[in-house]
Amino acid sequence: MSLRTSPLDSVRSWPLRDCLGYFAAWAAGMALIAIAAAILIYMAYRGAQYFDLGLLIESPSSSLNQAKSGGFRDPLIGTATLLVLSTLIAAPLGVTIAVWLTEYGRPAGLARAVESAIEVVAGTPSIVLAMFGLILFQEWLGFLTFDAEGAVLGRSFIAAASMMSLIALPLVVGATREALNSIPGHVREASYALGKTKAATIRRVLLPAARPGIGTGAALGMGRVAGDTAIVVVLLGATLQILNGGDGDVFGFFKGTGGTLTSYVYYNSPAGEGLAPEKAYFAAFVLLGVVILLNFVVARLARRREPAWIR
Amino acid sequence: MDSVMRPEGPSSEPDLVLAPPPPVRRILVEEEPTVVQPPAPGNGYVPLGGHGNGLTTQVRRREPSSAPKVERMRCEGVSIAYGEKLAVNEVTIPVRQGEVLALIGPSGCGKTTLLRSLNRLVEITPTATRGGTISLDGEDIDRMEVTELRRRVSMVFQQPNPFPMSIFDNIAYALREQGSRRPRKEALHEHVADALVRAGLWDEVGATLDHPALRLSGGQQQRLCIARALAAKPEVLLLDEPCSALDPRSTQVIEDLILRLRDEVAVVIVTHNMQQALRVADHVGFMYLGELVEYGPAEQVFGAPREERTREYVGGAFG
Repeated sequence: MSLRTSPLDSVRSWPLRDCLGYFAAWAAGMALIAIAAAILIYMAYRGAQYFDLGLLIESPSSSLNQAKSGGFRDPLIGTATLLVLSTLIAAPLGVTIAVWLTEYGRPAGLARAVESAIEVVAGTPSIVLAMFGLILFQEWLGFLTFDAEGAVLGRSFIAAASMMSLIALPLVVGATREALNSIPGHVREASYALGKTKAATIRRVLLPAARPGIGTGAALGMGRVAGDTAIVVVLLGATLQILNGGDGDVFGFFKGTGGTLTSYVYYNSPAGEGLAPEKAYFAAFVLLGVVILLNFVVARLARRREPAWIR
Repeated sequence: MDSVMRPEGPSSEPDLVLAPPPPVRRILVEEEPTVVQPPAPGNGYVPLGGHGNGLTTQVRRREPSSAPKVERMRCEGVSIAYGEKLAVNEVTIPVRQGEVLALIGPSGCGKTTLLRSLNRLVEITPTATRGGTISLDGEDIDRMEVTELRRRVSMVFQQPNPFPMSIFDNIAYALREQGSRRPRKEALHEHVADALVRAGLWDEVGATLDHPALRLSGGQQQRLCIARALAAKPEVLLLDEPCSALDPRSTQVIEDLILRLRDEVAVVIVTHNMQQALRVADHVGFMYLGELVEYGPAEQVFGAPREERTREYVGGAFG
C-alpha cells in the first residue's frame, strides 16, 4: 500500500462534482497560459518577420509610401520621456502620501478622505483623466503647453506626464504602504529610543527598508504608463514627430507635442491612417518588450529578500 | 562489545534487561514551610522560592558588584493610565548604577509600562497619561528634551530589532545627529568598535562590519542592539525581556554581559523569568496589577518575601 501524499492521487475517489470543479479550475489556468503564450508567440513571430533595427533610429514621416514613412524613433523617445517624467512626479508624491498615511494618518477623517481620493483616481478611466487634464491645461496651465501661433491646445509632454502620473500614483502609494506596514512597530520604537525624531526615523530607517516596495510600485506604474493610449491622444497630440514647443531648448521639448509607441501602433494599424501594419507589428513587439521588461523588474524587486525581523 | 551493551549486574540475570533509568533530577516537595537560611557564603548558590510553596530549585548566582552604588533615576509616585485603565499605580522606586534592578510580575502587571516611562517612550501611545515625577540625576525628565533623555536612558527591546543596514551603520546611527550622515565613517570607527567590544560582539563581527545586520543570528542581533544602545554612552540601560526571543545559550551570553555592564550603567531589566531575575538582579521589584508590591534585595524578595502575593508568585502559585 502506498501512502497518498499528493491530492491528485485521490481524485478518482472524489465525488463527481468535485472532479468537475477541479478540472474546470485546471482548464481555466491552462487557457490563460495558452492565451499569454499565443500573444507572445504571435507578436514575436510578427516582430521577427518585420524585424528592422533601422526603424528604431529613423524618424517617422507621414507618407503613404512605405519606403518613405520612416521608423519610430520619435514615438520611442516619446514613450521613454513619458515614463521618466511621470515617474518623477508619481514616485515622490506617492511615497509622501504613503508615509503620511502610514506614519501619521491624523486626523483619521482626513486620512480616510485621502484613501478615498486614491481609490477614485485609481478607478478613473484614463480617457476621463485626459479630458480633465485638457481643461486644466487649456484654461489655467496653458503656459506649460504647446501653443500653435497663439492658440492654446492644452497639449504637451508636461500635460500628458502629469495626468499619466495619476495612473501610476495609486500603485506607488499601495506598494509603499504595504512595505511600511510590514515593518514591525518595535523597529520604529528602537529608533525613537535612540533619541531620534520621527522624521529621522522615516528618512534613515523606514524608507530604506521600504525601498524594494517603492521600486515595485514605481515599476508597476511605469508598465501602466507605457501602455496607455487615451492620454497620449488627448494630451500629447499623438503626432508622428516630436514638435518642439519653444525655441528648440529643453523646456521647449517638454512643452512640445509628440506620440508614443501606443499611438504609433494605433496609427499604423489597419484601424489607423498610416497603412503600415508591418511597422505597427514591430512597434507593438517593441512595446510588449518594454512592458515585459518592466514586469521582470517588478518580479526581481518583489523577490528581493526583504529584511525579516524576529517576531 | 557484549559487556558494553549489557547493564552491570549479576550474571544470573537474563540478557534482556532494561538499563537502569538515568538519575532523575528530583524536585523537592516540602511538607512544612521552612525557615530560609541566608545564602551560605562562598558556594554561590541560593534557593529560589524555598519557602514552602512547593518548589525548590537552585540557581547559580553571581557575586554582587564591588562598584559604588549611585542613584541615577528615581520614580516618585508614578501612575500611568491608558485611557481609563490604570496600568501603573503610585510606584516609587530608585534605579542605581552598580547594580541590576529587575522588575518581575505576571503579564499585564505594568512592569513594561513602568520601564517605558523611564525614557518617555510610553508617550507615543496616544491614550497614555502619566502622573508623579521621574528624575534623572535629580532633574525632572519631563523638563528635558526627549531626544536628549533617550540618549541618556537607552533601551533594548524584547525582539531583536537591528535596522536594515550594515552592522557599522546600525551603531553609527545612534551616534549621528538627527538624520545626518556626518560625522564621517573614519571618525566614528573608534566609537563603533568600542560599543561592539562592550557588548561582547567585536570578536564575532569586527571583521565584517559592512555585512547586513539582519543576517546575524538572533543572539548576535540582540547583542548588536545592546551595543547600539550603549554607543551614545547612556547612564541608564533599560532591557525589556531581552532574552525572551533567544535560545538558552544566547540568553546566558547576554546575562553575562548584563552583569559586566552594571558597573558602568544603571541596568533595569523587565523579565517574566524568575530564575533570570535571580541570576542577574541585585534588587527586585515585584509588580502586580499595576502596584509595586515588594521591592528589595533579590535574596530577600525570593528567599523571604514580606508580602503574601510575592510569596505566591515567586513560589509559582500564579503567574
